[in-house]
Amino acid sequence: MRVGIIAIQGSVEEHVKAAERALSERGGGEAVLVKHAGIIPSCDAIILPGGESTTIGRLMHREGIADEIKSAAKGDVPILGTCAGLILLARYGDKQVEQTNQFLLELMNIHITRNAFGRQRESFETPLKIPVIGEKAFNAIFIRAPAITKVEKNVEILAKCNGYIVAAKQDKLVALAFHPELTRDTRLHNFFFDLV
Amino acid sequence: MKLEELRHGTELLKKGFAKMQKGGVIMDVTNAKQARIAEEAGAVAVMALHAVPADIRAAGGVARMADPAVILEIMDAVTIPVMAKVRIGHFVEAEILEAIGVDTIDESEVLTPADEKYHIDKLRFTIPFVCGARDLGEALRRINEGAAMIRTKGEAGTGDVKEAVRHMRAIMGTIRELRGKTDEELLRVARDIDAPFELVKETAEMQRLPVVNFAAGGIATPADAALMMKMGADGVFVGSGVFKAESPEKMAKAIVEAVNNYDRPEILAEISKGLGGAMKGLDTHTLSEGETLQTRGW
Repeated sequence: MRVGIIAIQGSVEEHVKAAERALSERGGGEAVLVKHAGIIPSCDAIILPGGESTTIGRLMHREGIADEIKSAAKGDVPILGTCAGLILLARYGDKQVEQTNQFLLELMNIHITRNAFGRQRESFETPLKIPVIGEKAFNAIFIRAPAITKVEKNVEILAKCNGYIVAAKQDKLVALAFHPELTRDTRLHNFFFDLV
Repeated sequence: MKLEELRHGTELLKKGFAKMQKGGVIMDVTNAKQARIAEEAGAVAVMALHAVPADIRAAGGVARMADPAVILEIMDAVTIPVMAKVRIGHFVEAEILEAIGVDTIDESEVLTPADEKYHIDKLRFTIPFVCGARDLGEALRRINEGAAMIRTKGEAGTGDVKEAVRHMRAIMGTIRELRGKTDEELLRVARDIDAPFELVKETAEMQRLPVVNFAAGGIATPADAALMMKMGADGVFVGSGVFKAESPEKMAKAIVEAVNNYDRPEILAEISKGLGGAMKGLDTHTLSEGETLQTRGW
């Protein structure tokens, strides 16, 4: 399995390590960095890391990676978006997204709101119940996190926190408002790799 | 979800926030209009100041935390994180910035130090701190005090990159020298560079600083930014380099693109074309001892 990590900005290194840990538990595979166009077509799965969604969106578009991700999604390649990645996967943005002319991939039928829980001062970690990965709570790390306010057709809600949807799945697309790459728990990465 | 299960201000959250800035450019801004230009160019955060370092240097006098009204106006203008500076050791300025909700505090040598003996105890704050450093010992002392992010000091407000280069080389070079050393040898290093052994050991094992490490202090062109990335910086702060350039919009966008393409000279050449003049700058060798900012803090 070849996993492409979009390496424009943000928690790229952490996602590479998390992916490698999960891959080694399931018999191998490699994580490759995607900074420029031309690499996505050879990937079996794609991860959009956390970071600043405005920055990642703009550069992804300028570098021509965005179009490649869209065609990969059409070809049923699984895509995981964490935090900023969740925003980029969404079809429907909020006022902040409009105000900044933010680029979205418009792949998942979800409505999102940026900085749903507030600024960095309000960032938090919490044990989160995510039934699809088992009984044990996941230590979810929310950093200036976005959230899903509403889902349209074909979207399965995986977890909720403080009244917001914070994890969702649509076919082979998975969106998480928090950062599994900052923990050593590989259950969510494994859940995602199972979709390949 | 019970509210008491939400934990705020943990080390993981503070260091994690800094990690989300990696591969990005953080720009100094003095008003809402400049903040919007920075966001539009693709900055990952802005640093709210009352004046850019080149102007602080020219003005002289005591430089202090910016007016909270200006910082709040900048926070309202953009959706990216907003950082702001406090004087070294001035924990009340830090408490004020935390109260208004800035995303990160820079305990900065660009402002006039308030305490000549103690840096701020950063562990007791909910929001993360970034601090300047000239070498590994200084970086690890700041991390030990709770800094979630390190930047080179460089020589702010000069547009001369050589001091940032010197500091990045010092930090990365010392980290490389730690490779393969035994615990006894690392203990000796810890004593020599005046840093906690545990952090020296962690740095040796990781072969990098245990927190995010940005370059700052004198970066004025896309090539400067790419140079610092090539030397191992996780990202770049641009102070006076953007808004003292002839065309701030073009320069801001070019520096962001340069950080993303730092290893591709052909693209850097394209990015560097027709930007207009960079900031005029000041050769750091012409500064007398009392005029350097990097010697503030220890």
